[in-house]
Amino acid sequence: MARKIALEPRDERVVVTAQHVTKTFLLRHTRSIKEAVVWLFKGRKKDITNEFQAMDDVSFDIADGESVALMGFNGSGKSTTLKLISGVMHPDGGAVGIKGKVAGLIEVGAGFHPDLTGHDNVYLNGAILGMTKEEIDAAYDDILEFADIGDFINTEVKFYSSGMYLRLAFSVAVHTNPDVFLVDEILAVGDEPFQEKCKALIRSMVRDGKTIVIVSHDLDMVEKFCKRGLVMERGRLVFDGPCDQAVRFLRGRALDGSEDPERPPLSEAEKAKRLFTDEERAAVPVRVRIGGPPLTAAERV
Amino acid sequence: MSSSSQSPTTRLEFHAPGQGRGLREVFTNRFLLKRIVNKEIQVRYRASVLGLVWSYIKPAIQFAVFFVAMGIFLGLNRGLPNYAIYMFSGIVVMNLFTEVFGNSARIIVGNGDLIKKIYLPRELFPVSSLWVAWIHFFPQVAILLVVDLLVGWHPTLMQILAFLVGFVIVSVFALALGLVFGTANVFFRDSENFVDLINMVVTWLSPVLYMWVLVANTLPHWAVVIYKLNPLTTAVELFHDAFWAPTVTSQVPYETWHVMPHLFSYWTPIALVVSFGLLLAGDLLFRHFEGKFAQEL
Repeated sequence: MARKIALEPRDERVVVTAQHVTKTFLLRHTRSIKEAVVWLFKGRKKDITNEFQAMDDVSFDIADGESVALMGFNGSGKSTTLKLISGVMHPDGGAVGIKGKVAGLIEVGAGFHPDLTGHDNVYLNGAILGMTKEEIDAAYDDILEFADIGDFINTEVKFYSSGMYLRLAFSVAVHTNPDVFLVDEILAVGDEPFQEKCKALIRSMVRDGKTIVIVSHDLDMVEKFCKRGLVMERGRLVFDGPCDQAVRFLRGRALDGSEDPERPPLSEAEKAKRLFTDEERAAVPVRVRIGGPPLTAAERV
Repeated sequence: MSSSSQSPTTRLEFHAPGQGRGLREVFTNRFLLKRIVNKEIQVRYRASVLGLVWSYIKPAIQFAVFFVAMGIFLGLNRGLPNYAIYMFSGIVVMNLFTEVFGNSARIIVGNGDLIKKIYLPRELFPVSSLWVAWIHFFPQVAILLVVDLLVGWHPTLMQILAFLVGFVIVSVFALALGLVFGTANVFFRDSENFVDLINMVVTWLSPVLYMWVLVANTLPHWAVVIYKLNPLTTAVELFHDAFWAPTVTSQVPYETWHVMPHLFSYWTPIALVVSFGLLLAGDLLFRHFEGKFAQEL
């Protein structure tokens, strides 16, 4: 069965490591008294059907400065992986190790309280995300400017429009400046100009060599931003390699392992938006590849 | 990549994310604790005109009710000089205890939305309950002091020390129980009801409204020992010693009240050991189950 292990040593450049990680959830917590009695009399055997394996022997290492996309369909274990990296949950088996501070655009706005003013929420949320008072003081003007909410900063957050609320929450989160930046579905919120602002910010972080892990269903976007891609399926890591191949792998899975339908080749303008050249991506080794669509000629090399 | 391989992050050691160091986290996260306390206070008194003044009004009303009912109707005033001060110095102990205990046992579940989404040292929540309760406690002590000074209170150093030690005992004991019941509450919401039950009877389990001598005269010896083992009994007696005993000018009959034998030499150290021992146990329990909070909430 799953058991916790001591971390194996890794190359110095690795800043996030997951080693044989398993995580199991109980699907039903409350039993009726009748069921509990039956369960007791049957020798208290574990009821397997009530368990859900969210992560099954998942291992990967992320090196400093890497931009990694974590992909998969709903329920594949992406968010659980992020929760284990951020420390909200602990693995049942295996081990997770991180270096430095991990934060970012995950559960944006969770630390906000509607009855506090914008100003107080900035300080409360900044503190929750691990910033010191000095760091928040220093970033305060930038946070307000990025959020673009003007005089509303001294108004209670419950009177904000939903867009303003999220802009302020995002703004605090992106100014936390962690060592490993986690991003979970950034683009589901905000109007288009704000989304563009967020994308531009993440782009500059990737360029500056920040370690970033992005969870998203927007495959076109992650293909542009990330060099490496991980694909999860029913709690298992099924692909770990260059991001464009990971995207193709996932799209192939969506179609039951058949060929990815022809997509028009990327225009030069589209290619220019990518942060990594084909060569840079091709340099990422394929570490895991379980099943999936047949290899293309380029991948077979 | 070559430049980033020299970044300071890579030189750090791996650590397991979300593994707190228990109550020690409180000292390294003082700023966050302050913000959480600030939030609790603001949220509690939002849209309230009187705000913190309520923390003076509520105990004053409570005091008046007990004083009229117990002191005048039941005639306890005649039995004990300055009965009002006697009673109030016990009530402030109980108010501190019930507030810390009641709030810290609920605060984990109350902040469940945050706890299951973002990691932060969760001990900060029960400790913030303690801090908020202190903010409500000191106005009550201020009222007590004003009344004391009016009747000519002039304490010795020993009595000020008794107050401080009693204060530490109540705070630590309440926080310790809060950690235990707060942890239990994540898994079984019955815990909240136990907390309410305990808060309901706890005033009567210590010599707040009556004198401990009555218990000693009525109950068998072993029951009296258990009664005295309750750290709150010691804390209440320490408060009596600090705030009430110095105001009594006439001789109190021995059979009505006298200082609990060995209060300082024996029962106070025991209360401190029990409280801090329980705090250690509560901290260990909390840390043991903390990893499951996010998925259970």
